[in-house]
Amino acid sequence: MIQWLNDPGNWTAQGGIFDQLWAHLQYALIALVVAIVLALPLGLLIGHTGRGRWLVTVANAVRSLPVLGLLILLYVMLAPHIHGRGDTVYLLPTEIVLILLAVPPLLASTVAGVENVDPAVRDAAAGMGMRGGQVVRKVELPNALPLVFSGLRSATLQVIATATVAAYLGLGGLGRFVYDGQASQNFAERNAGALLVALLAVVADLLLAVAQRYTVSRGVSGRFSSRPDASTSAEGGPPELPAPPATHTA
Amino acid sequence: MTPPGLTAPPVLLHHAPTAGLAVDSSPGGMFSYFSDHRDEVLNWLGYHAWLSAVPVLAGLLIALPLGWLARRYRWTYPPLVTAAGVLYTIPSIALFVAMPELIGTQILDPINVAVALTVYTVALLVRVVADGLAAVPEDVAQAATAMGLTRRQRLLKVELPLAVPVIAAGVRVAVVANVSLVAVAGTIGVPNLGQLFTTGFQLSVGNPYYPPITLGIVLCVLLALVLDLLVVGATRLVTPWRRAVGGS
Amino acid sequence: MIRFESVSKKYPDGTLAVDELDLVAPSGRITVLVGPSGCGKTTSLRMINRMIEPTDGRIWLDDRDTASVPTHELRRGIGYVIQHAGLFPHRTVVDNITTVPELLGQDKKRARARAMELMERVGLPAQLAKRYPAQLSGGQQQRVGVARALAADPPVMLMDEPFSAVDPVVRAQLQNEFLRLQGELGKTIVFVTHDIDEAIKLGDQVAVLRVGGHLAQLASPADLLAAPADTFVAEFVGRDRGYRALGFAGAGRLPLHHEHSVALGSGLGEAREAGVDGWVLVTDAEERPQGWLRTDRLADAASGETVVQEQLNLGGTLASENATLREALDSALSSPSGRGVIVDGSGLLLGTVTASEVLARIEQQRVAADGPSVRRTGAGEAS
Repeated sequence: MIQWLNDPGNWTAQGGIFDQLWAHLQYALIALVVAIVLALPLGLLIGHTGRGRWLVTVANAVRSLPVLGLLILLYVMLAPHIHGRGDTVYLLPTEIVLILLAVPPLLASTVAGVENVDPAVRDAAAGMGMRGGQVVRKVELPNALPLVFSGLRSATLQVIATATVAAYLGLGGLGRFVYDGQASQNFAERNAGALLVALLAVVADLLLAVAQRYTVSRGVSGRFSSRPDASTSAEGGPPELPAPPATHTA
Repeated sequence: MTPPGLTAPPVLLHHAPTAGLAVDSSPGGMFSYFSDHRDEVLNWLGYHAWLSAVPVLAGLLIALPLGWLARRYRWTYPPLVTAAGVLYTIPSIALFVAMPELIGTQILDPINVAVALTVYTVALLVRVVADGLAAVPEDVAQAATAMGLTRRQRLLKVELPLAVPVIAAGVRVAVVANVSLVAVAGTIGVPNLGQLFTTGFQLSVGNPYYPPITLGIVLCVLLALVLDLLVVGATRLVTPWRRAVGGS
Repeated sequence: MIRFESVSKKYPDGTLAVDELDLVAPSGRITVLVGPSGCGKTTSLRMINRMIEPTDGRIWLDDRDTASVPTHELRRGIGYVIQHAGLFPHRTVVDNITTVPELLGQDKKRARARAMELMERVGLPAQLAKRYPAQLSGGQQQRVGVARALAADPPVMLMDEPFSAVDPVVRAQLQNEFLRLQGELGKTIVFVTHDIDEAIKLGDQVAVLRVGGHLAQLASPADLLAAPADTFVAEFVGRDRGYRALGFAGAGRLPLHHEHSVALGSGLGEAREAGVDGWVLVTDAEERPQGWLRTDRLADAASGETVVQEQLNLGGTLASENATLREALDSALSSPSGRGVIVDGSGLLLGTVTASEVLARIEQQRVAADGPSVRRTGAGEAS
């Protein structure tokens, strides 16, 4: 496997590691961006108004669907109607499944994040004359961010993992190496593919952790530059929020 | 049992039912598909259930002492939880194919899947167990100590029972996720309900052939539902005090 | 001025939270709404800034009907302080304080300068400006809450149990500072509490509400104690009404007796000599009273021992020369010698007074006033 990875040809060739890594990232990014655009405003709205919680329940129920079955079902359903060029026939069902996977954790954690905001804080925000949108933007979202990030990280892991399975259909991405290696008994290639996917997932998670560190207020995360001295401090940082358990579906 | 073709895109209909290919290729054809392939499907269902449930049990048994450790000796919490987090980021397909290298089994051995899923369950539950034990109200733990319970008695008689609902929530997540994960192992040929999807995929090369796909989805959802209910039932059984106040 | 004009709040399920409330909160004064839980006091308060909309009646802010002003505009002109402060966890102290000026689009630099000034005003050290709320104690958080409400200099402040989540010592401290601050600022304040003692201590007028949102009595604290309108108010105001009412009446110039005191470190013989009825008052070198020493059990003068701090009985309270009747009486009652110690503004001994002398003064004032309307004088009660 090391040998396979050390061969520069395997990296730069057409359909090599660079190409597939880029493809994999693209699939994941498209799905995540769409999922964020859908789930974040919706989650903020549900959390802010307290209405439409059933949508979270529905989204969560989607999690019990088998990803592979969904992927193949959508492919079989859509394939006869897609006459585009290239990968579209594989890409469309894959993106739909990836978005379906990414929305529930994002939605659930955004709603939970907003609902977790201390009622006194929201009361104060409205009482000081913030409009609804200002309460959401200036108060609820910044305080919900840790949980939003937890949902986003969970969604990212699932999307990267599931994008691998899409190679089974015939789509590109790092899963190509896994399935091609398996089919051609080239276990070095197969294992290298697996390793690359794992690395990509770990690196993505790390990047998001860094992004989280820089966007979440220290007042919320509890990381203070100076330790509060004993005489003036309360019990230190705010209580850590329970992160909703992430799920692996692929 | 022979695995279906592994080439992608597959053309060879290894498993193409020779005699009993249901005429109805719509999603509703799954009932006749089921009666035509009863033994095979039930066999896959059995594998699937086994692969979904056993790793959760094994994972729980491993996570309990680890979670206790993370709670008892606080300095072990960050490394244990971080390690669990990293393990959890590894996509399942990567772990499935890497497993033979790690434990020296054959690639299609279901044990690979079982071990990989056990790893995920442990990764998920270590933190849940530690946090669940930590969530036992301090005054309750103090009262137990004040009444003279030893550390061990306190753990078994007070802290663990009170942490059950939290741990159970984690187990439910793990078991439902596992049902979906097991199917993914079908793409590399491990026998389970995932085979219905790969079969459907192969049979749909010309025209859509839905019966095995819809049958697989329905069976997977039903299996997830049944296993989830089993966990809920078991939880209620061991936490009778929650029923007394109508807790769920 | 805030004026409630037959204001009612009825919830869809039929509960009547506030029933035809008529009430005026005069400008520059503190009006306290007090009552048991469910009496509609918080609902009434929150109807002023329309956090809750009344179902009937009008609320006037000076000559403006609050219903005619857009809610966010109305609220930006009213300071709002709540029980757990409700500070924004993601913002530093100074950013919390500048929230409303920022909403009003005021100059950022000026708003920050004013925030720093307000922090000083409410007794917060400037180095806390960059801290986050989670780094502050409960009392500090409440101070930030008050500073935040004052930031845009609103003429009106609404305070919903602002001091009830802190411990009694901090609460008393916050209450005293609040009164001092109000003395400087003269805001129109509506203050909600369930604690009758707090109501009596802080209110210029107190509105007692009963369950179902009825106004049971609106009166000055002294009148409330002296003449409860009905049995509900009498019971709610509680025991020791007569005694507590003394806290609103200045004792005036009391007939002081010269007290022969000894200083710490004096010989026991001297102390024994000075004792009257078995007790001698011990002071420090500057004549600040430190405690009482029992003289009838003292060892022989010949022993050469001296008066030390550990021997003193610390039971007696001190009353200042312009104390209330309550403080003066307590000083006499709590003193082991029966002689209440009176000190001047800097804590130096002036003399002593007995309980019967204070009682005589009470009797005298009662006859003179010919009614319950005694003017309040002291800034607060001594404890």
